[in-house]
Amino acid sequence: MYGKGLRALSLATTVVLTGAFALVFFYAPNDADQGFIQKIFYVHVPMAIVALCGFIAGGVMAIAHLRTRAQKWDMRSYVAIHLSLILGVGVLVTGSIWAKASWGHWWVWNEPTLVSFLIIFLLYACYQPLRFSIEDPERQARYASVFAIIAGAFVPLNFLAVRLAQAYTHPRVLGTTGGSLPGDMRLTFLVALAGMVLLFVTLWKYEMTSKHAAMQLRALRRKLAGDEAPVRAAGRSAAPAATLHARPDTH
Amino acid sequence: MRRTVAALLRKDVLLELRTKETVPAMALFAVTTFVVFHFGLNRGSVSGDLAAGVFWVTLLFAAMLGINRLFVAEREQGGFDAFLLAPADRTALLVAKTAALFAFLSVLELVAVPAFALLLLQPSVWPALPALVGVLALANAGVAVVGTLASALAIQTRARDLIAPLLALPLLIPVVLAAAKASTPLLLAAGPGTIAARWPLILGLYDLVFALTAYAVFDFLLED
Repeated sequence: MYGKGLRALSLATTVVLTGAFALVFFYAPNDADQGFIQKIFYVHVPMAIVALCGFIAGGVMAIAHLRTRAQKWDMRSYVAIHLSLILGVGVLVTGSIWAKASWGHWWVWNEPTLVSFLIIFLLYACYQPLRFSIEDPERQARYASVFAIIAGAFVPLNFLAVRLAQAYTHPRVLGTTGGSLPGDMRLTFLVALAGMVLLFVTLWKYEMTSKHAAMQLRALRRKLAGDEAPVRAAGRSAAPAATLHARPDTH
Repeated sequence: MRRTVAALLRKDVLLELRTKETVPAMALFAVTTFVVFHFGLNRGSVSGDLAAGVFWVTLLFAAMLGINRLFVAEREQGGFDAFLLAPADRTALLVAKTAALFAFLSVLELVAVPAFALLLLQPSVWPALPALVGVLALANAGVAVVGTLASALAIQTRARDLIAPLLALPLLIPVVLAAAKASTPLLLAAGPGTIAARWPLILGLYDLVFALTAYAVFDFLLED
């Protein structure tokens, strides 16, 4: 169900990402101020944008879960948030490298975007512990959705507060919006952003496909072996529990 | 709705008056933290942004104690079941608990502000007091709403004492940030200056957004 179009999507992702890196290295000019290191911008900023959008998408999917009570929306929300968390680690690492290279410190507190991102990352880092510590799968899905909605509302508010708190910001060579970029840099940035979006969607679909297939497999096994079959305990995981097709058989 | 809220709030206040479990502990914690700051910073007095930082961090951690305990009676004595059995709007519990936490925080500050003025604050607290009370009220509202949400999320988990602060701390960073920025000019050694209008505005916006979010999602935390 989620596997449809996966091959085409994977191919598109590979092509666009390869193209983006080719543009980054061979087409976009070196920044006059920061030189070669500025090129990390084409990885760092798209990754941050996609991670934030992924968090918010997770919140929107959580709303869908609370409205429909369909387990698939909880699964979708979970996968979106957990992929965004992985991207978030990448954002903090690349941001740190960029800060070290251009300002000489691994962490700078007067870069509001990076600081806001850290706060949001710390908040979402509680998502998995929260899921872990609720046993009942239905309640786990419900509470995780409530968390995802609260955190999704927190994202823009936090950016606003931290941005206002900076008396002065570093002279921003490059705005995060890309609005102030010269043409060839902007093109490269947009292609890199498209590549990152495609990568996120592809990974999301892959994980959904894999989880869905594992669920179906487990349900089929249970059906074949009957009720008494020892159900192999799934490894400790915060992922939504597999209950697909399993309910009617167990009663 | 109003009568349900009043009844629930009365129950919480009565419970606190009889057991004295939460607020005295919060107040004691705050005063002890001021003493710890005295030794940690190795200073006899603070002013300006350092004073605002010490004050708000202390209040935040003291509030955490109250947030952790907010729903414990409901959970352990079957209060949730009783409330769900009653034909009452579930939002009433959110409003009552937020009001209770707001009241607890206000009482905490009745102790913490004089203690801070006495122990650490270099300038006199009197000229700053009216504006400080306004900032405290706005910040209390934010802490009360978010604290109630975090507490309700954490209470049903296995590790609730760990989950509640982990959830509440990052969510409350904007409150501490805006409240500390707003009170910095009030606590200057040279006497209180004026607050930039954007900090109360941020606090108000934060209170509003989370009040609406809490209203939207709280019902889903009470369905068992």
